[in-house]
Amino acid sequence: MDVATPKAAILEARGISKTFGRVTALSDATFSAYAGEVSAIVGDNGAGKSTFIKILSGAIAPSGGDFLLDGKPVHLTSPQDARDHGIETVYQDLALAPSLDVASNLFLGREARLPGILGRLGFLDDRLMRARARQELEDLQVGLSSVSQPVFTLSGGQRQAIAVARATAWGKRIVIMDEPTAALGVRESAMVLKLIERIKQNGVAVIMISHSMPEVFEVADRITILRLGRTVRQMRRDETTMTDVVAFMTGASVEFVQEIER
Amino acid sequence: MSKTATANPPAKSAAPRNIFARSTNLYIFFVLIALIAFFSLISPNHAFFDRGNFVNIAWDTAEILLLAIGETFVIITAGIDLSVGTVLMLSGVVASWVIAQMGGPPALVASGHFPNAGTAIPLGIAVAIVIGGIAGLINGTLVTRLRMPAFIVTLGVFSIANGLGDLVSSSGAAGQSAIPPVPESFANTLGNGNLVFGLPTLVVIAAFIALVTHVVLTRTLFGRRTFAVGSNPEGSRLAGVPVTSHLIWVYTFAGFMAGLAGILDLARFHATDIQGHSLDNLDAIAAVVIGGTSLFGGTGSILGTVIGAFIPTVLRYGFTIQGISSFWQDVVVGAIIIVAVLFDQIRRRRVT
Ligand SMILES: Nc1ncnc2c1ncn2[C@@H]1O[C@H](COP(=O)(O)OP(=O)(O)OP(=O)(O)O)[C@@H](O)[C@H]1O
Ligand SMILES: [Mg+2]
Repeated sequence: MDVATPKAAILEARGISKTFGRVTALSDATFSAYAGEVSAIVGDNGAGKSTFIKILSGAIAPSGGDFLLDGKPVHLTSPQDARDHGIETVYQDLALAPSLDVASNLFLGREARLPGILGRLGFLDDRLMRARARQELEDLQVGLSSVSQPVFTLSGGQRQAIAVARATAWGKRIVIMDEPTAALGVRESAMVLKLIERIKQNGVAVIMISHSMPEVFEVADRITILRLGRTVRQMRRDETTMTDVVAFMTGASVEFVQEIER
Repeated sequence: MSKTATANPPAKSAAPRNIFARSTNLYIFFVLIALIAFFSLISPNHAFFDRGNFVNIAWDTAEILLLAIGETFVIITAGIDLSVGTVLMLSGVVASWVIAQMGGPPALVASGHFPNAGTAIPLGIAVAIVIGGIAGLINGTLVTRLRMPAFIVTLGVFSIANGLGDLVSSSGAAGQSAIPPVPESFANTLGNGNLVFGLPTLVVIAAFIALVTHVVLTRTLFGRRTFAVGSNPEGSRLAGVPVTSHLIWVYTFAGFMAGLAGILDLARFHATDIQGHSLDNLDAIAAVVIGGTSLFGGTGSILGTVIGAFIPTVLRYGFTIQGISSFWQDVVVGAIIIVAVLFDQIRRRRVT
């Protein structure tokens, strides 16, 4: 079901497929994301959500399908490649280095070097990285006593906030999040949802996977439903209901879902 | 909320990157000081507390320290290199073979005269270092590109280097049935020379390399990547860290250090001991582990390794002066390793 909209998609994926040996994780995934909007991807366990966003973020190569950025076909060959296109990702397992400190994690893979000859020799500008990290966390209103503390000393919510902050600090156009609130308590989830609102307001296209329907209906502008590796529906949030979405997700009839809910 | 992030004083942000690695260093440093104080007090006439004794301890520690420095980088990446000792041996044997071959006519070389020492020695040094580097490159390539366990790969290279070293040394050189000792000029400068403050050249070189690698590990991109790769390899890859090439560099560096140690060992003892290095790998790993570097990867320090390398030597000298069998040194060092790994496990539980 295509949504008639005057706005052009910043990112469009058509007919994406992916097989791992004999396992078909994705067979026909279609999806689009828009600047300044939150697009949610929902689906049952094993529906292929994580696989799909790993493809969007360049971490794994699709077996087939087309991928358009600003309407132009692109081939993402690595996460670095995706980042060069302004796409940042918060992975389900966060991909932080727990024994490194907060600042080093925010700059992982993009370390700032000292100016001049020392920098060319590989010397790092830790002072600058810490100052920027402090600034970034402050902008996102993440409370931390020190950016020099190792990430393993942080709580789950704080770690999630660091992973989100890293993506939003660098992702100027598209930020992808795989279950950003799955491991969090109520208060911490609320904080992450607020973060999502904030980056959306900056004109970033946010792509979010979530298992929580109330959460999806709270922040998402669009909802894409995956079932068994296939996109079964793409809709605007205000065109649908939680009951419909759950029905599409599971392949059950709306009546059956209503029955269960009762 | 934002206040907590900003109210953070600059002094605090300069705090140690890894408190736990740092505190282990401190703890093990006190153990070292306590051992030195203990042996100094109980030794007859305080014979332990003697400059000559300390110089000898440093001298004996320096060679293992060179291996342990390379091993520290490898272990921080959550890897292991079992091949460093026999690679040291192979490098030394081949270097002495090259020096004998290039040193001059076989008859002269056999009588200890090396007319071409000026070219033979630098060539021997270069060959030793290249052999070490190649061994490391092979380790790193097999571990990363073929995804083989480091334990198995480096055990294989351990055995290959051991066999090749034996082959080269028994084939002899310069018309001899065995490789003649290296030129006196080489042994007296690099091996037994006193570079500064009357300290053996080997000690000065090891101290210098420890300082440089400490800076590399704590202040540079290479060091930061080493920790990152050890802490979360897949996460590092996703964040854009070139994990494969970095690991290959780390193993190559460990091999390079083994080659360098091979040259310095050759210079000190005039010939490479074929059998004497088969347990060097364990000594190097022991130094790293005692020094608080985690076998799980992601944490560690050169400073810790330096202290960890000194402890077994201090024990050996202390026991010798007391007339206690040196076998007890093995027993005590073994116990210390187990305690160090126990601490590592406890810390690990806090990390995950
Ligand atoms: N590397 C892999 N090798 C083999 N099979 C895989 C691999 N990654 C994913 N799969 C399979 O692909 C399917 C989709 O997995 P995926 O992780 O994308 O699901 P998901 O929708 O993210 O599920 P969840 O809600 O549990 O996170 C599953 O059947 C999974 O077992
Ligand atoms: Mg998933």
